[in-house]
Amino acid sequence: MSAAPTETGSEPRTHYLNDGYGIKSWLLTTDHKRIAILYLISITVFFALGGLMAVLIRLELATPEGDLFQPDMYNRLFTMHGIFMIFFFLIPGVPAVLGNFFIPIMVGARDLAFPRLNLLSWYIFNIGGIFAFWAMMHGGIDTGWTFYTPYSTTYASTHVLPTALGIFIAGFSSILTGLNFVVTVHRMRAPGLTWFRLPLFVWAMYATSLIIILGTPVVAVTILLVGAERLFGVGIFDPALGGDPLLFQHLFWFYSHPAVYIMVLPSMGVVSEIVPAFARRKIFGYRFIAYSSIALAVLGFLVWGHHMFVAGMSIYAATIFSILSMLVAVPSAIKVFNWTATLYKGAVSWETPMLYALGFIGLFTIGGLTGVMLATLGIDLHVHDTYFIVAHFHYIMVGGAIMGYLGGLHYWWPKITGKLYSRFWSRISAGVIFIGFNVTFLPQFILGYLGMPRRYHSYPPEFQVLNVMSSAGATILGVGYVIPLVYFIWSMRYGKQASSNPWGAVGLEWETTSPPPTHNFETQPVVSRGPYEYPPPKEAPVVA
Amino acid sequence: MMQDAPLFPEQASTIASQIDNLFFFALGIAAFFSILIALLIVYLGVRYRRRHAAQTGEAPPHGSKAQTVLEITWSVIPFLILMVMFIWGVKIYFTAARPPADAIQFYVVGKQWMWKIQHPEGRREINEMHVPVGRPIKLLMTSEDVIHSFFVPAFRIKQDVLPGRYTTMWFQADKVGTYHLFCSQYCGAEHAKMGGWVVVMEPHEYQAWLAGEKSGQAEFMTGAELFAARACNTCHRPDTSARAPILTGLFGRQVGLQDGRRVAADEAYIRESIIEPQAKIVSGYQPIMPTFKGQLTEEDVIELINYIKGLKAPEGVAR
Repeated sequence: MSAAPTETGSEPRTHYLNDGYGIKSWLLTTDHKRIAILYLISITVFFALGGLMAVLIRLELATPEGDLFQPDMYNRLFTMHGIFMIFFFLIPGVPAVLGNFFIPIMVGARDLAFPRLNLLSWYIFNIGGIFAFWAMMHGGIDTGWTFYTPYSTTYASTHVLPTALGIFIAGFSSILTGLNFVVTVHRMRAPGLTWFRLPLFVWAMYATSLIIILGTPVVAVTILLVGAERLFGVGIFDPALGGDPLLFQHLFWFYSHPAVYIMVLPSMGVVSEIVPAFARRKIFGYRFIAYSSIALAVLGFLVWGHHMFVAGMSIYAATIFSILSMLVAVPSAIKVFNWTATLYKGAVSWETPMLYALGFIGLFTIGGLTGVMLATLGIDLHVHDTYFIVAHFHYIMVGGAIMGYLGGLHYWWPKITGKLYSRFWSRISAGVIFIGFNVTFLPQFILGYLGMPRRYHSYPPEFQVLNVMSSAGATILGVGYVIPLVYFIWSMRYGKQASSNPWGAVGLEWETTSPPPTHNFETQPVVSRGPYEYPPPKEAPVVA
Repeated sequence: MMQDAPLFPEQASTIASQIDNLFFFALGIAAFFSILIALLIVYLGVRYRRRHAAQTGEAPPHGSKAQTVLEITWSVIPFLILMVMFIWGVKIYFTAARPPADAIQFYVVGKQWMWKIQHPEGRREINEMHVPVGRPIKLLMTSEDVIHSFFVPAFRIKQDVLPGRYTTMWFQADKVGTYHLFCSQYCGAEHAKMGGWVVVMEPHEYQAWLAGEKSGQAEFMTGAELFAARACNTCHRPDTSARAPILTGLFGRQVGLQDGRRVAADEAYIRESIIEPQAKIVSGYQPIMPTFKGQLTEEDVIELINYIKGLKAPEGVAR
């Protein structure tokens, strides 16, 4: 990480990457841009770990018999796949990397409101990660990422507590980041930057931060209660001790359902930036998209019960949760239609970030509509806890959240590093990921409707053909994820110098140099117009 | 028995086709909108592709009325479709949640990692459930340890099975055959192996099966034997001087409690009264009964409930 790329441009100037070298200048930095890079490295490690486990899971499932791993091992694999991917990759993902880097720049500020808190949150995140990693190295955990009681409190003999503690600690880093963002958006906006001139990425991050601040403490308390029951036998969830196992599910999903929006809202924000930038057209329905982010944040807190339709809750409660879950689809639909409408009469270029953004819209639509099926009580009776659900949430989290994350990384990479990556290879990899993803997860919808339950180490032989398809798709998907890793690293050393605005996009981040100076802007920017007004104020530079 | 790689599950219960119809409706909606969005993206993306590097899109008219109309349209139409799905879904869910009065009651106990089934006639089996075709069957289910879920894909229904309480589900098989039984709630190491078969038989075959040889059946005490062995009968005597409530004719009645409440004496009430006797004290009696928590298995409790349910005749102990 200390090997910052050497500036080879014609005018050597100071920017955040060459403003100090050496390990200390990174580990003690309070520059939001450097902290974003630190986060990028951390979460990439966890993504690789989670991805490796996914590969092993799909290998095991290539045959009906449980012949590659012992069941204990398989259960640990899918548990840690879920924990690493959700708590240590998707939840920090877009906010801690892209949000950290771009929120201050997009609001025209020199840094986040609390720079040192920002650095602290990275350290806290890694301490949490180390606990989870330690647990993995010492035998792992087998409760599923959902920690359902009384299995997790009384029956599991694996490293439940170290892992839970890791998640508990990482939660504080989320809260600090969320707090930092909220204060920054409220207090640090440049002159003239009114709320309705904010980029939609900032709106989405603001909504996400609200969820993080309100939701994360609940899961923290829940984890403490699990710890109290496991360590001291305090009867909270285990009926043998006088507790109620459904109480755990209510508490857990009260956070973990909104957590879905922590994962996907930021990516929606990214898509709201990319689509107008590559259609070179003002986004359609700016206010509707902004308000729909807030609507998702609010409604997201009211629908947790749809995870429990067959768990033994009252049928009337289920009815209420079903209708509220249906309502979530409306703001989601508003976003999708508005993004699509933005293309109309645009000047659309199919550059790599746009491929990811359009891929996001398609896959998120499928994920959302299958989510509506799951919210329909009569259908959930059959498909609950089957591969149908597995497919559905991967469409939201991989097809949605990760596509948006990668799209954002490709969109802003020239700004972050000052370098251009291979246009050819990046478009190839976007295609490979899109195809690999669909081949992996479409068959799982069919498997789920056939009745294959999730978290199965072995399965009846008639499910094999579809499982082999899924495993083959996972191989393609895996290759698709390795390609960007290669050309991104390659670009840092050999990539062509990026201009300050390689895409000809509007936005404050494109008005400063690439990479940005340490204090983001040479002079305090003043904003006098909305975020997506084309043509850009200066003449649009020609795409390299 | 099955094709090599089916793409759609068999329908073997009365509710299966109802759920499938709703599913196909929802699938049609999902396919329509997914394809619509995909086609629009491709069409607009190609039709309005950038032709030269400096080209920008046309600025949309400011605050046009057409835009507001569009926004309302694509909010209201999805909303109306969602409400259709919601109401249709609730209808099926309520049907699935309310067993018909004439349903035969089976007992199911989940345990890491097996399903224990008990027929009303007392016959027991493990990881197999034989049922007659064309008769509604209600399952009263509980777990000895963690949460499990009873799932029969061919019937399109599942229900979580919890420790410490009873949950119910019901179905009416309408096609003879052998169908997968799965545990669909993750329950530990051998979760994937916690399953077996549901065998749907013609009623006369079912009767023959019930009467058939019972080899392989584990030894167990019946409810009457447990009632005596655990000395329940020393207090719960069918006479007026008994120190504990008379159990004859109890099942299904309303019971008046000390605190003035009235509760229905169903299976959950009887189970609670055995495991946690102090939770609900019958009016006019002292809280003297010891707890049997940890001393009886869930199957024992079910045997006792079954025995108490059988105490119907007013003149004394039945059976």
